Amino acid sequence: MCGIVGIYLKTKKFEKNLGKMLSGMLNNMESRGPDSAGFAVYKNSDKKEYKYSLCINNLDFTKFKKDISKKIRNLKLNQYSDHIIVKTPEIPKKFIKLINKEFPEVSIVGYGRSIEIFKQVGNPKDVVKKFNLESFSGTHGIGHTRMATESAITTDGSHPYSTGEDECLVHNGSLSNHNNLRRELKKKGNTFTSENDTEVAAGYVSNSLSNNNSLKNTLVSGLKDLDGFYTFIAGTRKGFAVVRDEIACKPAVIAETKNYVAIASEFQAMAHLPDVNNAKIFEPEPGTVYSWGN
Amino acid sequence: MKLDLKKLKLREVNEQLQSIDRKINDRDFTIINPEGNHAVCAGLTEELNINIKGHVGYYCAGMNQKANITIEGNVGTGVAENMMSGKVHVKGNASQSAGATAHGGLLVIDGDASSRCGISMKGIDIVVKGSVGHMSGFMSQAGNLVVCGDAGEALGDSLYETNIYIRGKVKSLGADCVEKKMDIKHIKKLSLLLKKANIKNHNAENFKRYGSAKKLYNFKIDNISNY
Repeated sequence: MCGIVGIYLKTKKFEKNLGKMLSGMLNNMESRGPDSAGFAVYKNSDKKEYKYSLCINNLDFTKFKKDISKKIRNLKLNQYSDHIIVKTPEIPKKFIKLINKEFPEVSIVGYGRSIEIFKQVGNPKDVVKKFNLESFSGTHGIGHTRMATESAITTDGSHPYSTGEDECLVHNGSLSNHNNLRRELKKKGNTFTSENDTEVAAGYVSNSLSNNNSLKNTLVSGLKDLDGFYTFIAGTRKGFAVVRDEIACKPAVIAETKNYVAIASEFQAMAHLPDVNNAKIFEPEPGTVYSWGN
Repeated sequence: MKLDLKKLKLREVNEQLQSIDRKINDRDFTIINPEGNHAVCAGLTEELNINIKGHVGYYCAGMNQKANITIEGNVGTGVAENMMSGKVHVKGNASQSAGATAHGGLLVIDGDASSRCGISMKGIDIVVKGSVGHMSGFMSQAGNLVVCGDAGEALGDSLYETNIYIRGKVKSLGADCVEKKMDIKHIKKLSLLLKKANIKNHNAENFKRYGSAKKLYNFKIDNISNY
């Protein structure tokens, strides 16, 4: 059992409140996943720079700042507890290589032009507080509370998984063909940092998106290629989608108003959202992809 | 009496409803702000009239005996699961496994019910005004499942003595489930159920009846492909 939540704003009305809405949803899903939590927030930016979400683990921030500033000149760092958002025009290929080489204790949680991503072990309420999610604004966001079943309780084993630029995926369920699929994707050039099944699903999505498939079509083909139980919420820079497997054992509820679409494992996660009692509330049908944006 | 789940704990509300003094005549309750809580009104044993204003979570009205519970909203997984008697009326949609394993009473759902509606039901009557999802009536043993809309894949898989009445289309039948003849006694029974659920716009004669072919009751090697 895990809790998954997501919110996609159809209008600008709640952009400033996105973090608040998402944190309420995550706090409520503590009962479904007390082991770790994480969230991704998308915020449009016109600047031609990249944002890298890093977890520096036990490394001292001041030391990291000093060391990385020697390697890269043009960069800005924002600290959120043990996570750092690095803003720089440096391209991903170069930046990731540098981090992996010079700072082996640092994990890259995600990167892109609009995504900021945070995840850590611990109670969702503490994780949300630690990263100050309430203060975030943005256009869409996705979150996860984890009850670990098939791999260890670690930061790397926490969701959301981001395996490509501005991409992320959360999962409630378990995949049964992830080992085979991981081998196939590795051959195609994907890299993986954990033994987690969801990371394979995220890799599958990244691989398909990089072949110019839309998010919707990617998930439609995923229904054939991903075997197991799942409700997925996936995000891209401008897109947002949800899909449940054909058996549909893993729950999901959607609430849609003229201003937003919210998805959660249980309705109680959305009960605090503005105007939710007048929303169109429905369960996504089994084996059907629902998508918004692009 | 009004019970506000924003002010009272769920356990306080349920305990109050579960321990009603039998001599008391005031038996009408309204629950406000349910906010998707699980197990609202679970385990009630007395004749009460309860109106829940809003959406609830899992196992609402589970194990109900005698109480008459109306939910003015949607319900999560397993509404009225294991109900013994009484009536549960959902005015919105129901999630999966509505009326699961229930022995008696009446469950009416005004909207749709998703997958596995009436799974392993053991005597309850379920009336769904909308449609039901896949594997509804799975392993159902007794009682009646009435659906005014359509049914999803594998309807009535491995069922026993339950009667399933469907007005709309059936996507596919499960193992050992077949269409059966509607006799006068079935039309009478169905008419009564429609009346109990306050459905006036549908005629019992427009429904089809489904039940067990009884080929799987005992193991026969010839039926191996059905297992």
